[in-house]
Amino acid sequence: MVAGSVALVVASAYLTVSYLAQRSAGAADPMLFTSNWMWYKPLNIAFSLGVDGVSVAMICLSAIIVMTGTFTSWKIEPLTREFFMWFCLLSTGVFGFFITTDMFTMFMFYEVALIPMYLLIGIWGSGKKEYSAMKLTLMLMGASAILLVGILGIYFSAGATTMNVLELVNIYIPMESQYLFFVLSFVGFGVLGALFPFHTWSPDGHAAAPTAVSMLHAGVLMKLGGYGCFRVSIYLMPEAAKELAPIFLVLTAIGVVYGGLAAIHQRDLKYINAYSSVSHCNLVLFAILMLTQTAMTGAVLQMLSHGLMTALFFALIGMIYGRTGTRMITEMGGLMRVIPFLGVAFVIAGLASLGLPGLSGFAAEMTIFFGAFENADVFRRVLTVAAVSSIVVTAVYILRMVGKFLYGPMQNQKHASITDAVWFERLAVIVLIAGIVYIGSFPFGLSEMLNDSLGNVIAALQR
Amino acid sequence: MEYTILILLLPLLSFLAIGLLGTKLKPCTAGLVGTITLGAVTVLSYFTAFKYFTAPKVDGAWEAFPAYDVTWLNLGEKLHIDLGILLDPISVMMLVVISTVSLMVHIYSMGYMKGERGFQRYYSFLSLFSFSMLGLVLATNIFQMYIFWELVGVSSYLLIGFYYTKPSAVLASKKAFIVTRFADFFFLVGILVLSYFTQTFNFTELMSGDGSIFSSAIGASFMGASALVWAMALIFIGGAGKSAMFPLHIWLPDAMEGPTPVSALIHAATMVVAGVYLVARLFPIYLGYTPEVLAGIGYVGAFTAMFSAIIAITQTDIKRVLAFSTISQIGFMMVALGVSTSMHLNHGDHGGLGYMASMFHLFTHAMFKALLFLCAGSVIHAVHSNYMQDMGGLRKYMPITHITFLIACLAIAGIPPFSGFVSKDEILTAAYGFSTGMGVWMTITAGLTAFYMFRLYYSIFWGKEYKVTNGHTPHESGRWMTFALIFLAAITVVGGFIPFGKFVTADCVPYDIKLDWTIAAISVAVAVVAILLARKLYKKENEKPTELATKISGAYKLSYNKFYIDEVYMFITKKIIFNGISRPFAWFDRHIIDGAINGSASLTAWTSEKIKSFQSGSLQWYAWVFLAGVLLITILAIFV
Repeated sequence: MVAGSVALVVASAYLTVSYLAQRSAGAADPMLFTSNWMWYKPLNIAFSLGVDGVSVAMICLSAIIVMTGTFTSWKIEPLTREFFMWFCLLSTGVFGFFITTDMFTMFMFYEVALIPMYLLIGIWGSGKKEYSAMKLTLMLMGASAILLVGILGIYFSAGATTMNVLELVNIYIPMESQYLFFVLSFVGFGVLGALFPFHTWSPDGHAAAPTAVSMLHAGVLMKLGGYGCFRVSIYLMPEAAKELAPIFLVLTAIGVVYGGLAAIHQRDLKYINAYSSVSHCNLVLFAILMLTQTAMTGAVLQMLSHGLMTALFFALIGMIYGRTGTRMITEMGGLMRVIPFLGVAFVIAGLASLGLPGLSGFAAEMTIFFGAFENADVFRRVLTVAAVSSIVVTAVYILRMVGKFLYGPMQNQKHASITDAVWFERLAVIVLIAGIVYIGSFPFGLSEMLNDSLGNVIAALQR
Repeated sequence: MEYTILILLLPLLSFLAIGLLGTKLKPCTAGLVGTITLGAVTVLSYFTAFKYFTAPKVDGAWEAFPAYDVTWLNLGEKLHIDLGILLDPISVMMLVVISTVSLMVHIYSMGYMKGERGFQRYYSFLSLFSFSMLGLVLATNIFQMYIFWELVGVSSYLLIGFYYTKPSAVLASKKAFIVTRFADFFFLVGILVLSYFTQTFNFTELMSGDGSIFSSAIGASFMGASALVWAMALIFIGGAGKSAMFPLHIWLPDAMEGPTPVSALIHAATMVVAGVYLVARLFPIYLGYTPEVLAGIGYVGAFTAMFSAIIAITQTDIKRVLAFSTISQIGFMMVALGVSTSMHLNHGDHGGLGYMASMFHLFTHAMFKALLFLCAGSVIHAVHSNYMQDMGGLRKYMPITHITFLIACLAIAGIPPFSGFVSKDEILTAAYGFSTGMGVWMTITAGLTAFYMFRLYYSIFWGKEYKVTNGHTPHESGRWMTFALIFLAAITVVGGFIPFGKFVTADCVPYDIKLDWTIAAISVAVAVVAILLARKLYKKENEKPTELATKISGAYKLSYNKFYIDEVYMFITKKIIFNGISRPFAWFDRHIIDGAINGSASLTAWTSEKIKSFQSGSLQWYAWVFLAGVLLITILAIFV
C-alpha cells in the first residue's frame, strides 16, 4: 500500500508535468490525453478519458491524500488487509471520477467510492459508527438517486446521442428541461459538497470514520461534489445556471456563515472540523455559482486548499485521539508542552483554516472574494460581504479550539506522559504542510493553470 | 536599490532557521542569530535612508519609486496582487523606526528573557514580526499591505500568547486577534470596493493622475454615500482596529500579558501605529476625495486621546498605564492627520502641517514609548510585580532605569527640549489651525498626559520607601538591557532637533519647521502645572490620592473600570453572539435539520412497518383484497 500510494504520487506528478508540457507546446483542446471506449451501446455509455488543468490538480490532491492517509493508518487494527482493500476501492472511485468525461461513468465511479465508505465507517469507525455509516450512506445514496435522474434527463433532452460531457456541451438543451435537470444534478452533487441544508451527514460521518477515511472523505470525496457541479451542471446547462444561481447562492452563503457559527459551539475536535468543512465547502459552491472565471478559479483553489487542510486536521486529530483517548476539548489542556510537534502542526493547520497569508486558505479565499465581487449587482455584493464575514467566525472557533486544548495549564495529568509523533506520522504531516505552504506562498502557477482550463466553462456561459 | 529585498529576506530566513531548528539550537545561539540579523537589517535600513535622502529631488520633491515588484497572484483580467518594495519618505522613515526599535528589543531581550523556557521560539517570533512589519511599510500596493497586516496580526497573537500555559495570556492573545480580525473584515471589504471601481491595488497608480480613476467610485452611491466614501471609511475601520481607536481599543490593554519587550516593540512602537501609517499612505485620497471621512478620523482620534488619557490616570498596573497612554498618543497622531486640510504648507495657513506632525510624532513616540516599556520591564524584572503598590523608592536601586524613565516622561509630557515636545507642539499647532475647540481639547489631553505619566514616575521611583522582603533587594538590570535603555534615551533627547519637515511632508516638498511659541508656551505651562500636581500628590506617601478618589468616587470607578467597555463587549459576545446565535444554530442543526433527516428515516421505517402486512403470504387476505378490488372496479365502471 505504501509503495502503491507513493507510486500514485509520482504518477500524478508525472501527469501534471506532461500536461503542462503539452499545454505550453500549444495543445488547445479543452481536454488532453483523451480516449474513448464504448461499453454500453444502447445508452451510448462510454469509458471516455480526458483531463484538463482542474482534473490534473484534483488528481494530485487525491494522490497526496491517499498517500498520507496510508501513512496515518500504519497501525490500523483489526483486519488490516481488509481495511486497505476497501481503502483501495475507495481511491479507485475517486481517481476514476476525476479522469472520466462521460457522465454515466463519472456517476458509476462516484458509487464505487460510496459503498466502501459504509463498511470502512461501520467496521473501523468509532462512537456511533453504525448510525453514522447508515446516515452517511443513505443520504448520499438519496442524493445519487436525484443525480441519476438529472444525468439521464440531460442525456435524453439533449437528443440521446452521447453521454460525453465534451460533446454534450455543443448541444443546446431546451430551457424547460434545463430548469428541472439543473436543479436535480446540482442538488445531487451539492449534497456531496455539503450544500446547506443537506450537510448533516458530514459531521456525524466524519466524526465516526477512522482517520484515513475522514481524511479522504473530507479531503477528496467532498470535492467530487464541487467538481461535478461545474463540470456537469453549469457546463452543460449554463442558461439555467445563470437564472437559478441566486437561489443556491443564498443557500451556500447561509451555509458558509452557519457552518462557522455552529462550529463555535462544538466540543468534539472532529465535530469542530466537520462544521468547519461545511463552511469551507459551501464557500466552494458559492464561488462556483458566482459564474466568473476568477471566482471559479478560487473555488478550485479552495477545493485543493481545503482538501489538504482538512486532511491535515483529521490526521492530527486521529493522532491526538490515539494518544489521549478523548476528542473533547474540555477534557484536554496544555498539550502543547507534551506534544510540541503535533501541537505546532495543529496551529499551522488552524492558521491555514482562518486564512493566514502564506498558507493555502488565504490565496483561495481572496480569489473567491474578488472574483465574486466582479458581479456588479447589489444582491451578489451583499452575499459576498456575508461570506467575507466568515473570516472572523473562523478565527473565533479556531482560536477557541487551539486555546482550549493546546494552551493553558495541563488539564488531565494522565496526558502528561504521552509521546510526540513518530516518523511515519511526521512524514504524513510534513507532506501535507508542504502542500499547504506551496499553494499559499506560490499560488501564481497553479492559479494560471486552473484559470486557463476554466476558460471553457466561461465560454459556455457566454454563448 | 535592489539590495533592499534583503531587508525583508533576512528576518524571514532568520525566522525559518530558528523556527525549524527550534530547541536544537542553544538559546544563546538563537538569540544571537536573531539579533545579528536585525543588526544587519538596521544597517541596511540606515544605509537606505541615507541613500534615499541624499539622492537628487525631482522638481524639489522627494520621489517615490518601487525598488522591486513581482506579481504574486492574478485576480481577474486587470487586478493582480504584487509583492514589492516601495521607497518614499514615509516608508523609509518607518524602516528606520522599525529596525531601530526592533534591534533594541532584540538586544534587551537577551537579558530580559534569559533562562525563559521557549527562548528560541521567542526569537523566531520576533524575526517573524520584524519581517511582517517591514513588509507592511514597504508595500507597493494596498493588498500587499493587507497581507502583511494579517501577518503582523498573527505574530502579535503568537507573542502575546508566549506564556501559553497562563490562561490570561491565552485569552488576551485570542481577544487581540479576534478584535483586530473583526476590524480587518471591514478593511477587506473596503479594499474589495475600492479595487472594483479603480481596478488597481497599486498606490502609485491610485495617487498619481488627475483623479479620473475615482470617477466611477464617486459616481456609484450606496445608502446615500458614494462608493469611495464607503471604501475609505471601511479601510479606516481596519486601521482603527490595529491602532486601537475607540471602540476597538479593548484588545490593547490586555495585550500587555505578553513579555514586556514585545509590548515595547509591537504594542507601543510599531504595529499599533500601522493604522496611522495606513491613513498617511492613503492621505491624498482621503484629503482630495473624501474629506468628510478624514474629518471623522480626526474626531475619532480626539475622542480616543482624551478617553484613554482619563482611564490611564487611575490604572495601577504600570504596563496598563502605558498601554492606555499609547492609545491616547495614537489618538494624537490620528488627530494630526484629521486636521490636515491641504497637502501644502504655506505659513499662516497650517493646512499641510498636521501630516508632517503626525509622522514626526509617530517617530518620536516610537522611541520614547519603547523606552518607557523597556524601563517598565526593567522595573518589573527587579520587583517581580506589575503593580504600583509593590513599588516606590526605586530610584536608589536602579539609577539608570530611573534617569532614562524620567527622560521619557519629560518627552511624553512635552517639556523642551526633549523630542516629544517638538512633535506634540506641531500637532497642537495644527489642531488650533483647524479649530480652537480641537486645539483646546488636545491641550487638555496633553495636560492629562503629563499628570498620569508623572503619577507613574513618582509612584515607581519615589513615594513610599521600598520594603525589602525575603532578603531580595531590587537591583539594576544587566548590560544588554541598560544598553538598550541608554540608546533609546539618547534618541529621545536629540530626536526633537531632527529637521523632520525636510524629509517627510504631505506633498514630499521639504520645508523648515517653525515652532509656534505662543502655543508652545501654553502647552508647556499646562504640562508643568500637571507635573507639579502629580508631584504634590505622589512624591511623598500621603493620604491625598485616596481622599481625592473617595471624593469623586463615581468618576474614579468609571475610569478605573475603563468605562465598562469590556463588559459591554462581554455582553455582546457571550450573551448575544455565543449564547444567542451560535448555540441556537448548533441546536437547530442537531434537532431541526438532522431531525428532518432522522424523521424521514423513521417515516420510511414506519411506512414499511405498516404496509408490510400487505405481503403477509396469507392466502385468505389476498383473496379478500382481490375480491374487493374487482368489486370496486365494477362499481366504478357502472356508475362513472
